[in-house]
Amino acid sequence: MILRTKAIHGSIPLEITWSVIPFLVMLVMFTWGTKLYFQNYTLPPNNALDIYVTGKQWMWKVQYPTGQREINEMHIPVDQPVKLILASEDVIHSFYIPAFRLKHDVVPGSYQTYWFEATKPGRYHIFCAEYCGTNHSDMGGWVTVMEPSEYANWLTGGTGGSMREQGEKLFQQYGCVTCHVTNTQGRCPSLLNVFGKPVVLDDGRTVLADEAYIRESILNPNAKIVKGYSPDIMPVFEGQIGEDGLLQLIAYIKSLSAPTPSPAVPKATRSTK
Amino acid sequence: MSPTLPFASTEARTNYLNADYGWKSWLFTTDHKRIALLYLFSITVFFFVGGLFAVGMRLNLLTPQGLFSHDTYNKLFTMHGIIMVFFFLVPSIPATLGNFLVPMMIGARDLAFPRINLLSWYIYIVGGIFALTAVVQGGVDTGWTFYAPFSSTYSNTHVILAALGVFVSGFSSILTGLNFIVTIHKMRAPGMTWSRLPLFVWGHYATSLIQVLGTPVIAITLVLLGLERLLHAGIFDPTLGGDPVLFQHLFWFYSHPAVYIMILPGMAVISEIVACFSRKAIFGYSFVAFSSIAIAVLGFLVWGHHLFVAGQSMYASMAFSFISFLVAVPSAIKVFNWTATMYKGSVSFETPMLYAFGFIGLFTIGGLTGLFLATMAIDVHVTDTYFVIAHFHYVMVGGMVMAYLGGIHFWFPKITGRMYPEGWAKFAALVVFVGFNLTFFPQFILGYQGMPRRYAHYAPEFQVLNVMSTAGASVLAVGYLLPMIYLTWAWRKGPRAPQNPWNAKGLEWSSHPRPRLPTTLNINRW
Amino acid sequence: MADSEATLTAHEPELKHHFDDSAQQLESSTLGMWVFLVTEVMFFGGMFGAYTVYRNLYRNAFASTSHFMNVIIGAVNTGVLICSSFTMVLAVRSAQLGQKKALVAFLILTLILGCVFLSLKYVEYHEKWVDHHIPGPGFQYADPRYFHQAQILFLLYFAMTGMHAIHMIVGAGLLTTLIVMAARDRFSATWHTPVEMIGLYWHFVDIVWIFLFPLLYLIGHTQ
Repeated sequence: MILRTKAIHGSIPLEITWSVIPFLVMLVMFTWGTKLYFQNYTLPPNNALDIYVTGKQWMWKVQYPTGQREINEMHIPVDQPVKLILASEDVIHSFYIPAFRLKHDVVPGSYQTYWFEATKPGRYHIFCAEYCGTNHSDMGGWVTVMEPSEYANWLTGGTGGSMREQGEKLFQQYGCVTCHVTNTQGRCPSLLNVFGKPVVLDDGRTVLADEAYIRESILNPNAKIVKGYSPDIMPVFEGQIGEDGLLQLIAYIKSLSAPTPSPAVPKATRSTK
Repeated sequence: MSPTLPFASTEARTNYLNADYGWKSWLFTTDHKRIALLYLFSITVFFFVGGLFAVGMRLNLLTPQGLFSHDTYNKLFTMHGIIMVFFFLVPSIPATLGNFLVPMMIGARDLAFPRINLLSWYIYIVGGIFALTAVVQGGVDTGWTFYAPFSSTYSNTHVILAALGVFVSGFSSILTGLNFIVTIHKMRAPGMTWSRLPLFVWGHYATSLIQVLGTPVIAITLVLLGLERLLHAGIFDPTLGGDPVLFQHLFWFYSHPAVYIMILPGMAVISEIVACFSRKAIFGYSFVAFSSIAIAVLGFLVWGHHLFVAGQSMYASMAFSFISFLVAVPSAIKVFNWTATMYKGSVSFETPMLYAFGFIGLFTIGGLTGLFLATMAIDVHVTDTYFVIAHFHYVMVGGMVMAYLGGIHFWFPKITGRMYPEGWAKFAALVVFVGFNLTFFPQFILGYQGMPRRYAHYAPEFQVLNVMSTAGASVLAVGYLLPMIYLTWAWRKGPRAPQNPWNAKGLEWSSHPRPRLPTTLNINRW
Repeated sequence: MADSEATLTAHEPELKHHFDDSAQQLESSTLGMWVFLVTEVMFFGGMFGAYTVYRNLYRNAFASTSHFMNVIIGAVNTGVLICSSFTMVLAVRSAQLGQKKALVAFLILTLILGCVFLSLKYVEYHEKWVDHHIPGPGFQYADPRYFHQAQILFLLYFAMTGMHAIHMIVGAGLLTTLIVMAARDRFSATWHTPVEMIGLYWHFVDIVWIFLFPLLYLIGHTQ
């Protein structure tokens, strides 16, 4: 068999060329990448807005110096440097906002800081990006970037709306919607069609889900645990939601139940709420 | 260089497969070729177990809300990782093709320590049994990276059992590496100088260096993790004064070099295949040989690139980033040298060469995306997302597994004395290539768009690409099943192979197909 | 070493079939043992790394816990091990000279010294047990400032010395095997590779202790 191959064994100039050129390209990538990275890890500007983010299995608790607290939600003004102080209550999580190219692990036992500035209003995903257990993939939320006037409005608590609407906002703002409606994942009872109905507790008692029950369940969740669920999962909102807010929430939760069918009794004795 | 052999080939010629029968002759063998087959069988089993977990994962990811419970999914990806990394990728080529061929390629009768070779296999099986027991008992859900404090304090799955499996199998890896190092140093035939060693041997030598130096570190890391889980002394638990990032450093100190343990043998196979099917000596032999060593050495200095967002010092991150770029240079050198080998060569496209082409293309893509990951600023965005998953599957599956399949096809006539069906093999190679790209290329995009990894359910906007990926996975599965079937068939019923069907130039081809027990080679002692 | 030996012929049972000659076999065994010892260095190295990190992080706690390290026992143990390495060397030499009785005697002496080491280690560990310094649910520490940190440091102490002790126990088992083999005339001036190899292993275990002793017992020791 005649093979028309050239017996080339090597070429040192060629080897050097194709080692040096890729290396130079890599140097460019390295320098560029490092410079950008540096910028985010330098000290934030003096006028940065501090926001405290705590990761915990399986939610993000966001707190503002002015006292607002959110769960899985963050509201920030556009064109304003924001400094995040990141902490974890249990295992390692990672606070990730893809749209901002922002990611930093939250490590228990230490605070991490990271600053950024959002340049476009909108609503963007927050994800947890370090595997942290069962509901790692649920540990997401939204960051809302608002115009300064909207942000000021938000800081003062909202533009009004009916109690039910206000309650719905709070229901989302405090993260209740992540568990208590459709996506319960076995963690908590769904609140659809609960108000006004009897509830069986884990100690065998049956109670009526009325306004007082709802209020207690928000402020002191471990006081009564529904049968089949565990304590210590729902955060305690004592001191965090004022009475106004509680009533708004109750109004909303009421709206999640169909009106109770009236018992077959003569009109005169129909029960009213 | 096909020397005529002093003995006539007959049907009933004694070879390593028929020299002795019975399970004892296999389970107590010390012959490197038989041990290679023991490994081949067990590794294939683990590959399919790991693959089954992948099937479960991709089925779950068809819809945003998932199919299985979150806990089940978390266990699926953990077990997929543990089994694929420690029980398939790390041993694969060295324990099968390496065991079979390294002695033959250097003109030795066996490895330096045949009984330790057999012990390696038994240790691997014991480790595998521990790992499978962990699966059967309910699984582990920490991720294959076992990060603390989740693994040490919070997970209530069989962490210690799984860690024990990995710990034990690590010793199998160490002993294999030790065996190769001593064999290559001390048992080369007269005249087989270092500069005449086939690149397959150089690649395995570099791999063995990493195995021997790196694996003990993960062993001790897992011991400390186990102690922490039992005693809660606090070594990785911040509430007790420990540092969880210390675990990450200890873990990645091995696990980064481990990826070079996985890829260097693959590159070693490709060097042989490319030279053979270009009918040309490999271009830049010394550069390729020394690149293997350079990768082994530099590979130990880059582990911190897994910690860019973990709170590692910025300056340490810079150093790790820089060296990560450096370690890409020898890999690039190899790719250029393989390409230059084909230049003005007489290239033919038998199945091994198809896999080699696949390797070169896909490994290059995987390697280039590795450069993005080494770039600190980019890494902030894409780390812990599907981008990383796509990157390492491109190098490990598109690279390493293709090299493994290519090597198995290339040396199939040597190992079994028969030829596989070329038509089916080419078809399967194509199916693997198409299936692979369809599975993993969308994942680059998913990661860039922000889909994190280890997610049992995901935001709805990611569904289309996930469905594409799952569709690709089903094609890929077919691509892997095909060789299982036709290679098994060909082993029993394939046409008898000539002594050197590829006209390759390696010393291993100068023995009869199905070498004797022990190997006899017609060595031109020069 | 190989030069002064008579080489084995191909028919000697101790020359394994896959080797060309006994020199190759001896060199391979020796290189194999050295490579194995390097893996052991990496294995212990992980723990030395963790020790370095925590010692730096918790200097005061370290100073506090070092008070509880029994320097006397540690020093005696160091002497015992160094002597055992010496007797091991003498054993290897006896093997090289084909002196069976001396070989068996020195191996037994090495084994005895090793057992002395392990006994003293047991005394030390028992002391720690009495003091409730064993990490785990029963751990107690007098100085509440350093409770958690001390527990981590003690974990590292037990991990490092315990791993070392396990290697000593394995070594004792290997020595026993050697004694039995030597008593049965398995070794000669021409072939005594296991004695040399296990000698190397024994010296390595000794050297690990030579590092452990100052790092854990001596440096920064407070009375």
